[in-house]
Amino acid sequence: MRERANNRSYYWRKLKNASMLGLSLLSALVVIAPLFIIFAYTLNKGVGSLNLNFFIHMPKPVGEAGGGMANAIVGSLIMVGMGGLMGLPIGIVAGIYLAEFGKNLFGAAVRFMSDVLSGIPSIVVGVVAYIIVVIPMKHFSAFAGSVALAILMIPTVTRTTEEMIRLVPHSIREASLALGVPSWKTTLRIILPAAAKGITTGVLLAIARAAGETAPLLFTALGNRFWSTSLNQPMASLTVFIYDYAKAPFDDWNRQAWAAAFVLICIVFLVNIVFRLVTRSRYGIRNT
Amino acid sequence: MEFAILEATKHVAMEPTAPTKQPISEIPHKMIAQDLNCYFGKNHALKDVTLGIPTGQVLAIIGPSGCGKSTFLRSLNRMHEVAGGTLTGKVLLDGMDIYESDPVIVRKRVGMVFQKANPFPTMSIFDNVAAGLRLNGTRERNKVNETVEQSLKRAALWDEVKDSLNKSGMSLSGGQQQRLCIARTLAVDPEVVLMDEPASALDPISTAKIEELIYDLKKNYTIVIVTHNMQQAARVSDYTAFFYMGELIEVDETKTMFTAPQKKRTEDYITGRFG
Repeated sequence: MRERANNRSYYWRKLKNASMLGLSLLSALVVIAPLFIIFAYTLNKGVGSLNLNFFIHMPKPVGEAGGGMANAIVGSLIMVGMGGLMGLPIGIVAGIYLAEFGKNLFGAAVRFMSDVLSGIPSIVVGVVAYIIVVIPMKHFSAFAGSVALAILMIPTVTRTTEEMIRLVPHSIREASLALGVPSWKTTLRIILPAAAKGITTGVLLAIARAAGETAPLLFTALGNRFWSTSLNQPMASLTVFIYDYAKAPFDDWNRQAWAAAFVLICIVFLVNIVFRLVTRSRYGIRNT
Repeated sequence: MEFAILEATKHVAMEPTAPTKQPISEIPHKMIAQDLNCYFGKNHALKDVTLGIPTGQVLAIIGPSGCGKSTFLRSLNRMHEVAGGTLTGKVLLDGMDIYESDPVIVRKRVGMVFQKANPFPTMSIFDNVAAGLRLNGTRERNKVNETVEQSLKRAALWDEVKDSLNKSGMSLSGGQQQRLCIARTLAVDPEVVLMDEPASALDPISTAKIEELIYDLKKNYTIVIVTHNMQQAARVSDYTAFFYMGELIEVDETKTMFTAPQKKRTEDYITGRFG
């Protein structure tokens, strides 16, 4: 009798375990499904317009078939790259500051502002960049676009850097200090490398977000149908290109917008992979 | 000055029981702590501790949890400051007050091994040992190679890792990691090595290795070891200090401490009546 009761509870426990496992697996699938759906859909819609010309040619005037968006691809890379060069160092250094010296009122204030900043709609950031860069310069420019993207990157990078540095065990810091290594060197040479993996994730998130932004670029870099790599001139970008082409009344342009969307996703994907490979720990995942 | 240090100890100097050891009152002191009081916030962790660290010997510090033994150890190379402790009193290292000096300089001369092995996670075995040298500016490759090999040999780890110096320090077993940390400490060439329960997280075989190592190390270094394992204190140390509630109760030659302690409280603790 007792044997059977035990058996029943045994199978009940097994059943619960299996169903919970199934539920979590399902949730995991739901998380990654949108990526695949978007990827497949843009590929399907855009593949018709994708060919070598798309990458090496300029946009054709209305009515002419073909053409590409070489200027937009290069423009996106330049502006995201410049934005990263400006925003990432500031974000990382600010994150180090918060983790190491941020246990005071000022630190709390910076932390709070940073969280608020990361919640501000990107179009507002675009307007801010318009006011502080475009108006004084008196014209739209790639530089203004980069500034807007940099502002968008800073809070994400600051907060992830701080969190990741805090996750490095205190014992590692003590080990270094006890060797007679000065505090600043301990942070730079011991703590930061130990946190590098997590910081990379933050950096990638920031880059991916910046690469996908349209609104802040509309007011700043504006867009450009011609080839330009000058930071002082308006510059084309994939996102603005997609925005323009998607709402245009021409089928050909719409298809090209899909192709541009697909290319943008691929670029973000590639940047992710390259970053991961470059910053990969020599010792695999034993990185705690 | 010497008198102040010996106050806590002079009464035991009369009857040396082991002829091989000098009585604690007569041996030279590498470090001298004078009237140390240490606070963590409102917690008064060390109370008027005056204690000399005998040169070239192993001094064990025993006592129940929370008695201030780790705090005392950390005050000897200013590591308590990292945890936010404040302190009054003096700690002399060869006559120089370490609290008048720079902590970075002090810690190069007074190294520390921690309870839990803490190799640098992003570094190889070689880089872990070389870290102290490199981060302090030594660039010459030959010197680094030589020091790493010598330190690993002194830490009795060389034979086990000489073919895998490029592997992660984290890939070693717990006992090996602890010896790696000892090698890392030795590589900076300290004069004093502080050990904070270095074997308490290890299995008996690894513990025995560490204890053997401590015995060898005292030829070249002055060693202070905190332990809550009294057998260990008896095995490895020449002198033993007993702390209780932040106070130094008694210090003497280890054999005397474990056979004929002067204070009742020491005897109670050693015989297992409390603690």
